[in-house]
Amino acid sequence: MAELSKTDEPQDATPNVSEVDVVDARTEEEAVHAIEAPVERGEPILQVRNLKKHFPLTQGILFKRQIGAVKAVDGVSFDLHQGETLGIVGESGCGKSTVAKLLMNLERATAGEIFYKGQDITKLSGRALKAVRRNIQMVFQDPYTSLNPRMTVGDIIGEPFDIHPEVAPKGDRRRKVQELLDVVGLNPEYINRYPHQFSGGQRQRIGIARGLALNPEIIICDEPVSALDVSVQAQVINLMERLQDEFNLSYIFIAHDLSIVRHISDRVGVMYLGKIAEIGSDEQIYEHPTHPYTQALLSAVPVPDPEAREDRERIILTGDVPSPANPPSGCSFRTRCWKAQDRCASEAPLLAIPERFKGADSPAAHESACHFAEEKDVVHAA
Amino acid sequence: MTTIEEVVPVPSPRDGGTDGTPLLEVRDLHVEFHTREGVVKAVNGVNYSVNAGETLAVLGESGSGKSVTAQAIMGILDMPPAKIPQGEIRFRGQDMLTMSGEDRRKIRGQRIAMIFQDALSSLNPVLSVGYQLGEMFRVHQGLSKKEAKAKAIELMDRVKIPAAAARVNDYPHQFSGGMRQRIMIAMALALEPELIIADEPTTALDVTVQAQVMDLLAELQREYNMGLILITHDLGVVADVADKIAVMYAGRIVERAPVHELYKRPAHPYTRGLLDSIPRLDQKGQELYAIKGLPPNLLRVPSGCAFNPRCPKAQDVCRTQVPDLLPVTEQDGTELVGRASACHFWKETIHG
Repeated sequence: MAELSKTDEPQDATPNVSEVDVVDARTEEEAVHAIEAPVERGEPILQVRNLKKHFPLTQGILFKRQIGAVKAVDGVSFDLHQGETLGIVGESGCGKSTVAKLLMNLERATAGEIFYKGQDITKLSGRALKAVRRNIQMVFQDPYTSLNPRMTVGDIIGEPFDIHPEVAPKGDRRRKVQELLDVVGLNPEYINRYPHQFSGGQRQRIGIARGLALNPEIIICDEPVSALDVSVQAQVINLMERLQDEFNLSYIFIAHDLSIVRHISDRVGVMYLGKIAEIGSDEQIYEHPTHPYTQALLSAVPVPDPEAREDRERIILTGDVPSPANPPSGCSFRTRCWKAQDRCASEAPLLAIPERFKGADSPAAHESACHFAEEKDVVHAA
Repeated sequence: MTTIEEVVPVPSPRDGGTDGTPLLEVRDLHVEFHTREGVVKAVNGVNYSVNAGETLAVLGESGSGKSVTAQAIMGILDMPPAKIPQGEIRFRGQDMLTMSGEDRRKIRGQRIAMIFQDALSSLNPVLSVGYQLGEMFRVHQGLSKKEAKAKAIELMDRVKIPAAAARVNDYPHQFSGGMRQRIMIAMALALEPELIIADEPTTALDVTVQAQVMDLLAELQREYNMGLILITHDLGVVADVADKIAVMYAGRIVERAPVHELYKRPAHPYTRGLLDSIPRLDQKGQELYAIKGLPPNLLRVPSGCAFNPRCPKAQDVCRTQVPDLLPVTEQDGTELVGRASACHFWKETIHG
């Protein structure tokens, strides 16, 4: 059984976050073995527990001293199940991209654990870490800067094979790359072209092909379509859904476009200032939001239907997101919340099913980090 | 024989609309760029008009020519490489393309103003926002520095920047994205123009801030009875604020319609495709409708209708003949006010 926390701070009591079966691998051999074991559909594959990333703020040149920290991610817990898509939404600066980097192990977490098949990847090294990295891949936001302009498409997609030669033996690589191009809907004859010869949508397909090269189990997509034209976005979303079925992938889908997130996700987490404000199935979040921030976010999204504009209730938040270097006491949303009371300033709400909905067989019974959680149907408010 | 060149003064602001001339009218505008690879025809015969107090949304993907049209109206195109071989841009009946530079300068900023997309790169990082806002008054109205600063504070209050008097000497980097966009709006509003062109004013902003900024813009527009040209690719924003819409594709307007009509019954396959590719609730788990193919390269625009390689309805005639932007009618022939479509098969598209 895992000791979930080492700090004395109150922990989020998220009931649908199941307990972690920690695999106690004593040797590297055992660790690699555990990582390569298959996971059944619907079982948790990635379990994040109280994850934190604080970037230190320092002062002075010779004698640097820390004067504070930007709390980019401040206690995030969630599960990703095999074969599902978990959407993460939030405004810029809420820490969603930092979460992605932590999951990729590109940043070292300040505290907390990330269990991949029962192994804490923040503590792995050597061959075990390499095996994990093979199984968790990433698709980046900007297809114009995430592809090396001096490499051909074949080199870009084939580069993962240089690092993990066991996936494709040397003589086989060109054929493998052509297969991948075909899978993402590009002409296999384009293998010797350079990125600048492709449009944005095609480049994003190259990025996806690179992510698929090593047959990963999890793909983390950080705003994969936001840089694309509207008419091309749907093509890429369809491709990603098709690949998920075909290769049995689990996605973490980070985006700010709420309608696209709803379309592709099974579950959605809403982040605000480094914390998860609300998490639940797509229906629970979109139809029965209980956290005021989620409600404000949903009501602010322009609906592509002019009939709705007169009678739609809109919650317009005042002000901007506070600085994560100096977040408000208690609930971090209270400075912009219309429901805020004294209690919100003194006591940080935990992410849990609100007391009043506990045990109720209602879609409102999902985790929400608010003292005054209340259902409000903003999408259909008419 | 002597001819006296008639001097027609541009009519004074805010009395317009009575004589039927629109505030701004773009007629058959062409813009091309001469590059080493050839001539890029960015705008090929665009027509639209805006009245005072009205919001026209210009909808299109990148490369459709929507921003180039706006820059041509403002007169801020780099010429060369850009060239305007043909067309008229009439502001209160006067063609701005044939005007002297001096006359044009009097209109720009004072009577037509523009809000740019990226507020951080459109503001000068080494000058305080108060100085940049005050510049409008110093240059156009000849106010002193002190007076201009007082006006700047007033403007910042107007666009609801908290503690305006204390922040007037701050620099752009000290403001958040939403606040910077407010400063851009304040700058555009400074001289109470009759027309504002907003080029993707909220694309770089978060949704909650986008809602604030769009609300502010709508409020100020009502207050001053301004015309607004909103350039965007976001179908949601358009549905929220526009009165009428012009959809652009490959440098041409392919459809024009009042906002409610367009969403209810699109008359061009491209518009229909865009509307169909919005994820809808009942389509969860199904494949999204996607327009196949890619936007065309403007160096090699397809012959005939530029949309034909991507169009599900394309026939032989679409590959040879460029469809004109023609009025759209009901099935019984009654005219639909303000509607037009550039498709050979608009009848099938709207009524089919």
